[in-house]
Amino acid sequence: MASKKFNNVYIKDNVSIVGPLEKEGLLDNYDFAIDDYYYGEKTFEQAEIKMQRVVIDNLLNFNKLDEKKIDLLLGGDLINQISVSGYNASSFKIPFLGVYSACASYVEGLLIASSFISGKCAKRVIVTTSSHNLNAERQFRYPVEYGAIKKGTSTFTTTGAVATLLTNEETNIKVEAGTIGKVIEMGVKDANNMGAVMAPAAADTLYTHLTDMKRNINYYDLVLTGDLGEVGKNIFIDYLNQVYDINLKKYMDGGCEIYAKNQDTYAGASGPVAMPLVLFDKVLSTKKYKKILVIATGSLQSVQLANQKLGIPGIAHAISLEVLK
Amino acid sequence: MMYNFFLFFHNNSGGGLMNKDEYQKLVKKHEPREKKVENVLYAFLVGGVIGFIVEGIIQVLMNVFLLSRVDAGVWTSLIVIFISSLFTALGFFDNWMEKAKAGLLLPTTGFAHSVTSSALDYKKEGLITGLGSNFFKLAGSVILYGILSGFILAIVKVIIHG
Repeated sequence: MASKKFNNVYIKDNVSIVGPLEKEGLLDNYDFAIDDYYYGEKTFEQAEIKMQRVVIDNLLNFNKLDEKKIDLLLGGDLINQISVSGYNASSFKIPFLGVYSACASYVEGLLIASSFISGKCAKRVIVTTSSHNLNAERQFRYPVEYGAIKKGTSTFTTTGAVATLLTNEETNIKVEAGTIGKVIEMGVKDANNMGAVMAPAAADTLYTHLTDMKRNINYYDLVLTGDLGEVGKNIFIDYLNQVYDINLKKYMDGGCEIYAKNQDTYAGASGPVAMPLVLFDKVLSTKKYKKILVIATGSLQSVQLANQKLGIPGIAHAISLEVLK
Repeated sequence: MMYNFFLFFHNNSGGGLMNKDEYQKLVKKHEPREKKVENVLYAFLVGGVIGFIVEGIIQVLMNVFLLSRVDAGVWTSLIVIFISSLFTALGFFDNWMEKAKAGLLLPTTGFAHSVTSSALDYKKEGLITGLGSNFFKLAGSVILYGILSGFILAIVKVIIHG
Protein backbone atom coordinates (compact mmCIF):
# COMPACT_ATOMS: atom_id res chain seq x y z
CA MET A 1 0.00 0.00 0.00
CA ALA A 2 1.99 2.94 -1.28
CA SER A 3 -0.57 5.68 -0.77
CA LYS A 4 -2.25 6.91 2.37
CA LYS A 5 -4.80 9.57 3.22
CA PHE A 6 -3.96 11.71 6.24
CA ASN A 7 -6.36 13.09 8.86
CA ASN A 8 -5.89 16.49 10.44
CA VAL A 9 -2.44 17.28 9.13
CA TYR A 10 -1.74 20.91 8.24
CA ILE A 11 1.22 23.03 7.29
CA LYS A 12 1.36 25.92 9.72
CA ASP A 13 4.43 27.85 8.67
CA ASN A 14 7.64 27.70 6.70
CA VAL A 15 10.89 29.64 7.00
CA SER A 16 13.44 29.70 4.21
CA ILE A 17 16.91 31.00 3.54
CA VAL A 18 18.58 31.20 0.12
CA GLY A 19 22.10 31.66 -1.22
CA PRO A 20 23.53 34.52 -3.27
CA LEU A 21 22.78 33.08 -6.73
CA GLU A 22 19.25 32.07 -5.72
CA LYS A 23 18.62 35.62 -4.50
CA GLU A 24 19.51 36.98 -7.95
CA GLY A 25 17.39 34.34 -9.64
CA LEU A 26 13.65 33.88 -10.04
CA LEU A 27 12.68 33.51 -6.37
CA ASP A 28 11.26 36.41 -4.39
CA ASN A 29 9.24 35.15 -1.41
CA TYR A 30 11.99 33.83 0.85
CA ASP A 31 12.65 34.96 4.44
CA PHE A 32 16.43 35.37 4.49
CA ALA A 33 19.27 35.47 2.00
CA ILE A 34 23.00 35.11 2.45
CA ASP A 35 25.54 37.04 0.37
CA ASP A 36 28.53 34.94 1.24
CA TYR A 37 28.84 31.16 0.85
CA TYR A 38 30.69 31.00 4.19
CA TYR A 39 27.86 32.77 6.07
CA GLY A 40 30.36 33.95 8.68
CA GLU A 41 31.59 30.41 9.39
CA LYS A 42 34.97 28.76 8.80
CA THR A 43 33.84 26.16 6.25
CA PHE A 44 30.98 25.61 3.80
CA GLU A 45 29.73 22.62 5.82
CA GLN A 46 29.50 24.77 8.92
CA ALA A 47 27.72 27.44 6.88
CA GLU A 48 25.10 24.86 5.85
CA ILE A 49 24.61 23.78 9.47
CA LYS A 50 24.13 27.45 10.40
CA MET A 51 21.53 27.91 7.64
CA GLN A 52 19.50 25.01 9.05
CA ARG A 53 19.83 26.36 12.57
CA VAL A 54 18.72 29.85 11.55
CA VAL A 55 15.56 28.65 9.79
CA ILE A 56 14.50 26.45 12.72
CA ASP A 57 15.28 29.18 15.27
CA ASN A 58 13.17 31.65 13.35
CA LEU A 59 10.37 29.17 12.78
CA LEU A 60 10.15 28.70 16.56
CA ASN A 61 10.34 32.46 17.21
CA PHE A 62 7.78 33.46 14.56
CA ASN A 63 5.30 30.96 16.00
CA LYS A 64 6.21 31.76 19.62
CA LEU A 65 6.95 28.11 20.27
CA ASP A 66 9.31 26.58 22.76
CA GLU A 67 11.47 23.58 21.77
CA LYS A 68 9.50 21.50 24.28
CA LYS A 69 6.31 22.07 22.29
CA ILE A 70 7.79 20.29 19.27
CA ASP A 71 7.35 16.53 19.35
CA LEU A 72 9.70 15.63 16.54
CA LEU A 73 12.35 17.10 14.26
CA LEU A 74 12.99 15.46 10.89
CA GLY A 75 16.03 16.50 8.89
CA GLY A 76 17.88 15.46 5.76
CA ASP A 77 20.63 16.80 3.51
CA LEU A 78 23.15 15.62 0.94
CA ILE A 79 26.32 15.57 2.98
CA ASN A 80 27.87 12.26 4.09
CA GLN A 81 25.78 10.44 6.71
CA ILE A 82 23.35 13.42 6.65
CA SER A 83 25.84 15.02 9.01
CA VAL A 84 24.62 18.60 8.48
CA SER A 85 21.18 17.69 9.86
CA GLY A 86 22.69 15.64 12.67
CA TYR A 87 25.08 18.38 13.77
CA ASN A 88 22.31 20.96 13.52
CA ALA A 89 19.93 18.82 15.61
CA SER A 90 22.43 18.96 18.49
CA SER A 91 21.45 22.65 18.93
CA PHE A 92 17.85 21.74 19.75
CA LYS A 93 16.33 19.70 22.52
CA ILE A 94 13.87 18.01 20.18
CA PRO A 95 13.67 14.26 19.41
CA PHE A 96 15.30 13.82 16.02
CA LEU A 97 14.96 11.47 13.07
CA GLY A 98 17.39 11.77 10.16
CA VAL A 99 15.89 11.02 6.76
CA TYR A 100 17.55 10.41 3.43
CA SER A 101 16.14 10.10 -0.07
CA ALA A 102 18.68 12.45 -1.66
CA CYS A 103 16.71 15.35 -3.14
CA ALA A 104 13.41 13.74 -2.12
CA SER A 105 14.38 13.87 1.58
CA TYR A 106 12.10 16.81 2.31
CA VAL A 107 8.97 15.00 1.13
CA GLU A 108 10.11 11.83 2.90
CA GLY A 109 10.20 14.03 6.00
CA LEU A 110 6.69 15.37 5.27
CA LEU A 111 5.38 11.82 4.81
CA ILE A 112 6.78 10.63 8.13
CA ALA A 113 5.66 13.79 9.94
CA SER A 114 2.14 13.48 8.48
CA SER A 115 1.93 9.81 9.50
CA PHE A 116 2.89 10.70 13.08
CA ILE A 117 0.36 13.54 13.26
CA SER A 118 -2.38 11.63 11.48
CA GLY A 119 -1.85 8.66 13.81
CA LYS A 120 -2.06 11.04 16.79
CA CYS A 121 1.50 10.21 17.85
CA ALA A 122 2.59 13.83 17.52
CA LYS A 123 1.01 17.28 17.54
CA ARG A 124 3.74 19.48 16.11
CA VAL A 125 6.57 18.33 13.89
CA ILE A 126 9.31 20.32 12.16
CA VAL A 127 10.70 19.09 8.84
CA THR A 128 13.95 20.65 7.70
CA THR A 129 16.30 20.23 4.78
CA SER A 130 19.22 22.09 3.24
CA SER A 131 21.79 21.98 0.49
CA HIS A 132 24.82 24.08 -0.30
CA ASN A 133 26.20 24.25 -3.81
CA LEU A 134 29.85 24.18 -2.81
CA ASN A 135 29.41 21.34 -0.30
CA ALA A 136 27.75 19.23 -2.99
CA GLU A 137 30.51 20.11 -5.47
CA ARG A 138 33.15 19.11 -2.94
CA GLN A 139 31.48 15.83 -2.09
CA PHE A 140 30.13 14.61 -5.40
CA ARG A 141 32.29 16.34 -7.99
CA TYR A 142 35.50 18.36 -7.94
CA PRO A 143 37.26 20.81 -5.61
CA VAL A 144 35.38 24.10 -5.47
CA GLU A 145 38.10 26.18 -7.15
CA TYR A 146 38.67 23.61 -9.90
CA GLY A 147 35.80 24.73 -12.13
CA ALA A 148 35.48 21.51 -14.10
CA ILE A 149 33.82 21.66 -17.50
CA LYS A 150 30.27 20.33 -17.25
CA LYS A 151 27.81 18.60 -19.49
CA GLY A 152 24.55 20.25 -20.53
CA THR A 153 22.63 17.58 -18.59
CA SER A 154 24.25 18.57 -15.26
CA THR A 155 22.18 20.38 -12.69
CA PHE A 156 23.30 23.05 -10.24
CA THR A 157 22.87 22.31 -6.51
CA THR A 158 20.73 24.99 -4.86
CA THR A 159 22.03 26.78 -1.79
CA GLY A 160 19.45 27.25 0.93
CA ALA A 161 17.53 25.73 3.80
CA VAL A 162 13.89 25.43 4.81
CA ALA A 163 12.09 24.46 8.00
CA THR A 164 8.39 23.64 7.88
CA LEU A 165 6.05 23.32 10.84
CA LEU A 166 3.29 20.72 10.60
CA THR A 167 0.48 20.59 13.14
CA ASN A 168 -2.87 18.97 13.88
CA GLU A 169 -4.54 22.40 14.18
CA GLU A 170 -6.40 23.56 11.12
CA THR A 171 -4.62 26.07 8.88
CA ASN A 172 -5.20 26.97 5.26
CA ILE A 173 -2.84 24.32 3.86
CA LYS A 174 -3.93 20.72 4.36
CA VAL A 175 -1.66 17.75 3.82
CA GLU A 176 -4.26 15.50 2.31
CA ALA A 177 -2.51 12.32 1.17
CA GLY A 178 0.88 10.92 0.29
CA THR A 179 2.52 8.19 -1.74
CA ILE A 180 5.78 6.47 -0.86
CA GLY A 181 7.74 5.82 -4.03
CA LYS A 182 9.52 2.68 -5.19
CA VAL A 183 13.21 2.75 -6.06
CA ILE A 184 13.60 2.44 -9.81
CA GLU A 185 16.76 1.85 -11.78
CA MET A 186 16.61 2.17 -15.55
CA GLY A 187 20.27 1.69 -16.40
CA VAL A 188 21.36 5.34 -16.39
CA LYS A 189 25.00 5.31 -15.25
CA ASP A 190 25.79 8.97 -15.76
CA ALA A 191 25.89 10.85 -12.45
CA ASN A 192 25.78 14.08 -14.47
CA ASN A 193 22.33 13.26 -15.80
CA MET A 194 20.26 12.95 -12.65
CA GLY A 195 17.13 14.11 -14.46
CA ALA A 196 17.23 10.91 -16.52
CA VAL A 197 17.86 8.84 -13.36
CA MET A 198 14.83 10.30 -11.56
CA ALA A 199 12.24 10.73 -14.33
CA PRO A 200 11.02 7.07 -14.39
CA ALA A 201 10.70 7.07 -10.58
CA ALA A 202 8.64 10.28 -10.72
CA ALA A 203 6.41 8.79 -13.42
CA ASP A 204 5.93 5.57 -11.45
CA THR A 205 5.02 7.45 -8.27
CA LEU A 206 2.58 9.69 -10.14
CA TYR A 207 0.90 6.67 -11.77
CA THR A 208 0.79 4.77 -8.46
CA HIS A 209 -0.68 7.77 -6.67
CA LEU A 210 -3.42 8.28 -9.26
CA THR A 211 -4.27 4.57 -9.32
CA ASP A 212 -4.32 4.15 -5.53
CA MET A 213 -6.38 7.29 -4.99
CA LYS A 214 -8.64 6.49 -7.97
CA ARG A 215 -8.01 9.93 -9.41
CA ASN A 216 -7.57 11.39 -12.84
CA ILE A 217 -4.61 13.68 -13.60
CA ASN A 218 -7.06 16.57 -14.06
CA TYR A 219 -8.03 16.28 -10.39
CA TYR A 220 -4.95 18.36 -9.59
CA ASP A 221 -4.56 22.06 -10.37
CA LEU A 222 -0.82 21.59 -10.47
CA VAL A 223 1.75 18.81 -10.52
CA LEU A 224 5.08 20.02 -9.10
CA THR A 225 8.07 17.74 -9.56
CA GLY A 226 11.21 18.19 -7.50
CA ASP A 227 14.40 18.85 -9.39
CA LEU A 228 14.29 17.07 -12.74
CA GLY A 229 15.72 20.12 -14.52
CA GLU A 230 15.26 21.14 -18.15
CA VAL A 231 16.48 17.80 -19.51
CA GLY A 232 14.79 15.54 -16.96
CA LYS A 233 11.52 17.43 -17.30
CA ASN A 234 11.29 16.68 -21.00
CA ILE A 235 12.21 13.04 -20.42
CA PHE A 236 9.51 12.84 -17.71
CA ILE A 237 6.79 14.30 -19.95
CA ASP A 238 7.77 12.01 -22.83
CA TYR A 239 8.09 8.88 -20.64
CA LEU A 240 4.81 9.53 -18.86
CA ASN A 241 3.09 9.87 -22.19
CA GLN A 242 4.62 6.77 -23.77
CA VAL A 243 4.41 4.38 -20.83
CA TYR A 244 1.38 5.50 -18.84
CA ASP A 245 -0.53 7.47 -21.45
CA ILE A 246 -0.78 10.47 -19.14
CA ASN A 247 -0.68 13.97 -20.62
CA LEU A 248 0.55 16.62 -18.22
CA LYS A 249 -0.94 20.05 -18.74
CA LYS A 250 -0.71 21.92 -15.45
CA TYR A 251 2.87 21.10 -14.63
CA MET A 252 5.89 22.78 -13.07
CA ASP A 253 9.35 21.50 -12.22
CA GLY A 254 11.15 22.97 -9.22
CA GLY A 255 14.50 22.66 -10.97
CA CYS A 256 13.42 25.03 -13.74
CA GLU A 257 12.01 27.77 -11.49
CA ILE A 258 14.99 28.95 -9.44
CA TYR A 259 17.64 30.28 -11.81
CA ALA A 260 17.23 32.71 -14.68
CA LYS A 261 18.36 31.61 -18.14
CA ASN A 262 21.41 33.89 -18.07
CA GLN A 263 22.72 32.42 -14.81
CA ASP A 264 24.54 29.63 -16.61
CA THR A 265 23.35 26.77 -14.43
CA TYR A 266 23.24 24.09 -17.18
CA ALA A 267 19.99 22.07 -16.89
CA GLY A 268 18.70 24.01 -13.85
CA ALA A 269 18.52 23.64 -10.08
CA SER A 270 18.73 20.51 -7.95
CA GLY A 271 19.18 19.64 -4.30
CA PRO A 272 16.66 18.76 -1.59
CA VAL A 273 15.94 22.43 -0.88
CA ALA A 274 15.09 23.32 -4.50
CA MET A 275 11.53 21.96 -4.54
CA PRO A 276 10.37 23.32 -1.13
CA LEU A 277 11.73 26.77 -2.04
CA VAL A 278 9.65 26.76 -5.23
CA LEU A 279 6.63 25.25 -3.45
CA PHE A 280 6.41 28.04 -0.88
CA ASP A 281 7.70 30.80 -3.15
CA LYS A 282 5.78 30.23 -6.36
CA VAL A 283 2.97 27.80 -5.62
CA LEU A 284 1.46 28.19 -2.16
CA SER A 285 1.97 31.95 -1.83
CA THR A 286 0.19 32.73 -5.10
CA LYS A 287 -3.10 31.06 -4.06
CA LYS A 288 -3.62 30.23 -7.72
CA TYR A 289 -3.74 26.49 -7.12
CA LYS A 290 -6.12 24.64 -4.83
CA LYS A 291 -5.10 21.02 -5.28
CA ILE A 292 -1.39 20.42 -5.67
CA LEU A 293 0.49 17.18 -6.15
CA VAL A 294 4.12 17.49 -5.14
CA ILE A 295 6.49 14.79 -6.39
CA ALA A 296 10.00 15.18 -4.98
CA THR A 297 12.68 13.25 -6.83
CA GLY A 298 16.00 11.87 -5.66
CA SER A 299 18.99 10.23 -7.29
CA LEU A 300 20.39 7.70 -4.84
CA GLN A 301 24.00 7.54 -5.97
CA SER A 302 27.23 7.68 -4.04
CA VAL A 303 30.58 8.64 -5.53
CA GLN A 304 31.89 5.09 -5.04
CA LEU A 305 28.97 3.25 -6.62
CA ALA A 306 28.70 5.73 -9.50
CA ASN A 307 32.40 5.06 -10.23
CA GLN A 308 31.67 1.33 -10.15
CA LYS A 309 29.39 1.98 -13.13
CA LEU A 310 26.22 0.48 -11.73
CA GLY A 311 22.93 1.91 -12.95
CA ILE A 312 21.88 4.70 -10.59
CA PRO A 313 18.61 4.11 -8.71
CA GLY A 314 16.06 6.93 -8.53
CA ILE A 315 13.25 7.58 -6.06
CA ALA A 316 10.23 9.87 -5.94
CA HIS A 317 7.82 10.53 -3.08
CA ALA A 318 4.51 12.32 -3.56
CA ILE A 319 2.39 14.42 -1.27
CA SER A 320 -0.98 15.96 -2.04
CA LEU A 321 -1.69 19.43 -0.64
CA GLU A 322 -4.95 21.36 -0.53
CA VAL A 323 -5.20 25.10 -0.12
CA LEU A 324 -8.41 25.62 1.84
CA LYS A 325 -9.11 29.35 1.89
CA MET B 1 11.90 -17.73 -29.39
CA MET B 2 9.07 -18.56 -27.09
CA TYR B 3 10.75 -16.48 -24.39
CA ASN B 4 11.17 -13.50 -26.72
CA PHE B 5 7.56 -13.72 -27.68
CA PHE B 6 6.55 -13.73 -24.06
CA LEU B 7 8.82 -10.75 -23.33
CA PHE B 8 7.32 -8.84 -26.23
CA PHE B 9 3.83 -9.54 -25.00
CA HIS B 10 4.80 -8.66 -21.45
CA ASN B 11 6.37 -5.35 -22.49
CA ASN B 12 3.26 -4.22 -24.23
CA SER B 13 0.86 -4.96 -21.45
CA GLY B 14 1.14 -1.34 -20.21
CA GLY B 15 1.53 0.03 -16.71
CA GLY B 16 5.12 1.10 -16.21
CA LEU B 17 7.06 -1.08 -18.55
CA MET B 18 9.72 0.16 -20.88
CA ASN B 19 12.94 -1.79 -21.09
CA LYS B 20 16.30 -0.22 -20.31
CA ASP B 21 17.45 -0.08 -23.92
CA GLU B 22 14.33 1.74 -25.01
CA TYR B 23 14.76 4.11 -22.11
CA GLN B 24 18.38 4.82 -23.10
CA LYS B 25 17.10 5.85 -26.53
CA LEU B 26 14.53 8.15 -24.97
CA VAL B 27 17.21 9.73 -22.77
CA LYS B 28 19.55 10.20 -25.75
CA LYS B 29 16.80 12.00 -27.62
CA HIS B 30 16.51 14.66 -24.92
CA GLU B 31 20.21 15.20 -24.27
CA PRO B 32 21.32 18.69 -25.26
CA ARG B 33 23.88 18.74 -28.07
CA GLU B 34 27.42 19.51 -26.93
CA LYS B 35 29.04 22.13 -29.16
CA LYS B 36 32.02 19.95 -29.98
CA VAL B 37 33.50 21.93 -32.88
CA GLU B 38 33.19 25.21 -31.01
CA ASN B 39 34.78 23.73 -27.88
CA VAL B 40 37.69 22.22 -29.80
CA LEU B 41 38.31 25.49 -31.62
CA TYR B 42 38.17 27.44 -28.38
CA ALA B 43 40.55 25.08 -26.59
CA PHE B 44 42.91 25.18 -29.58
CA LEU B 45 43.02 28.97 -29.61
CA VAL B 46 43.41 29.38 -25.83
CA GLY B 47 46.05 26.65 -25.66
CA GLY B 48 47.85 28.26 -28.60
CA VAL B 49 47.81 31.71 -27.02
CA ILE B 50 49.29 30.27 -23.82
CA GLY B 51 52.01 28.57 -25.87
CA PHE B 52 52.69 31.91 -27.55
CA ILE B 53 52.97 33.76 -24.23
CA VAL B 54 55.20 31.06 -22.76
CA GLU B 55 57.50 31.21 -25.78
CA GLY B 56 57.67 34.99 -25.23
CA ILE B 57 58.78 34.45 -21.61
CA ILE B 58 61.44 31.98 -22.77
CA GLN B 59 62.75 34.48 -25.32
CA VAL B 60 62.90 37.24 -22.71
CA LEU B 61 64.78 34.98 -20.29
CA MET B 62 67.22 33.92 -23.04
CA ASN B 63 67.87 37.39 -24.43
CA VAL B 64 67.62 39.62 -21.35
CA PHE B 65 68.85 37.28 -18.64
CA LEU B 66 71.16 35.38 -21.02
CA LEU B 67 69.99 31.91 -19.92
CA SER B 68 70.41 28.81 -22.07
CA ARG B 69 67.29 27.45 -23.82
CA VAL B 70 67.04 24.57 -21.30
CA ASP B 71 67.43 26.81 -18.23
CA ALA B 72 64.98 29.36 -19.65
CA GLY B 73 62.47 26.50 -20.16
CA VAL B 74 62.75 25.38 -16.55
CA TRP B 75 62.36 28.92 -15.23
CA THR B 76 59.38 29.49 -17.51
CA SER B 77 57.66 26.34 -16.18
CA LEU B 78 58.16 27.61 -12.65
CA ILE B 79 56.75 31.01 -13.57
CA VAL B 80 53.67 29.45 -15.24
CA ILE B 81 53.09 27.13 -12.27
CA PHE B 82 53.37 30.05 -9.86
CA ILE B 83 51.05 32.31 -11.83
CA SER B 84 48.32 29.72 -12.33
CA SER B 85 48.47 28.64 -8.67
CA LEU B 86 48.25 32.27 -7.63
CA PHE B 87 45.25 32.86 -9.90
CA THR B 88 43.58 29.73 -8.47
CA ALA B 89 44.16 30.97 -4.94
CA LEU B 90 42.79 34.41 -5.85
CA GLY B 91 39.65 32.63 -6.94
CA PHE B 92 39.14 33.45 -10.59
CA PHE B 93 41.07 30.74 -12.42
CA ASP B 94 38.14 28.31 -12.12
CA ASN B 95 35.96 30.70 -14.14
CA TRP B 96 38.63 30.86 -16.84
CA MET B 97 38.88 27.05 -16.83
CA GLU B 98 35.19 26.71 -17.54
CA LYS B 99 35.25 29.22 -20.38
CA ALA B 100 38.48 28.03 -22.00
CA LYS B 101 37.26 24.39 -22.15
CA ALA B 102 40.31 22.11 -22.44
CA GLY B 103 42.57 25.05 -23.41
CA LEU B 104 43.74 25.68 -19.87
CA LEU B 105 43.36 22.09 -18.74
CA LEU B 106 46.08 20.45 -20.74
CA PRO B 107 49.20 22.56 -20.30
CA THR B 108 51.20 23.04 -17.09
CA THR B 109 48.54 25.55 -16.01
CA GLY B 110 45.94 22.80 -15.59
CA PHE B 111 48.23 20.62 -13.51
CA ALA B 112 49.18 23.45 -11.15
CA HIS B 113 45.56 24.52 -10.90
CA SER B 114 44.34 21.00 -10.04
CA VAL B 115 46.87 20.68 -7.22
CA THR B 116 46.20 24.15 -5.81
CA SER B 117 42.42 23.77 -5.94
CA SER B 118 42.63 20.43 -4.09
CA ALA B 119 44.93 21.99 -1.50
CA LEU B 120 42.51 24.89 -0.96
CA ASP B 121 39.57 22.54 -0.69
CA TYR B 122 41.03 20.27 1.97
CA LYS B 123 43.20 22.60 4.06
CA LYS B 124 40.49 22.95 6.74
CA GLU B 125 40.45 19.19 7.30
CA GLY B 126 43.99 19.18 8.67
CA LEU B 127 47.49 19.21 7.17
CA ILE B 128 47.81 15.41 7.06
CA THR B 129 44.23 14.08 6.93
CA GLY B 130 43.02 16.85 4.63
CA LEU B 131 45.59 18.71 2.56
CA GLY B 132 48.32 16.06 2.51
CA SER B 133 46.18 13.08 1.58
CA ASN B 134 44.12 14.95 -1.02
CA PHE B 135 46.81 17.14 -2.60
CA PHE B 136 47.19 14.94 -5.68
CA LYS B 137 43.55 13.87 -5.80
CA LEU B 138 43.12 15.13 -9.37
CA ALA B 139 46.77 15.28 -10.43
CA GLY B 140 47.63 11.79 -9.16
CA SER B 141 46.44 10.13 -12.36
CA VAL B 142 48.52 12.53 -14.46
CA ILE B 143 51.65 11.67 -12.48
CA LEU B 144 51.03 7.91 -12.45
CA TYR B 145 50.13 7.51 -16.11
CA GLY B 146 52.69 10.10 -17.17
CA ILE B 147 55.50 8.10 -15.56
CA LEU B 148 54.04 4.81 -16.81
CA SER B 149 53.77 5.97 -20.42
CA GLY B 150 57.28 7.49 -20.22
CA PHE B 151 58.56 4.12 -19.03
CA ILE B 152 56.82 2.20 -21.82
CA LEU B 153 58.02 4.65 -24.48
CA ALA B 154 61.58 4.30 -23.16
CA ILE B 155 61.34 0.49 -23.58
CA VAL B 156 59.95 0.93 -27.11
CA LYS B 157 62.83 3.27 -27.93
CA VAL B 158 65.41 0.76 -26.62
CA ILE B 159 63.81 -2.05 -28.66
CA ILE B 160 63.77 -0.03 -31.89
CA HIS B 161 67.10 1.79 -31.59
CA GLY B 162 68.92 -0.79 -29.51
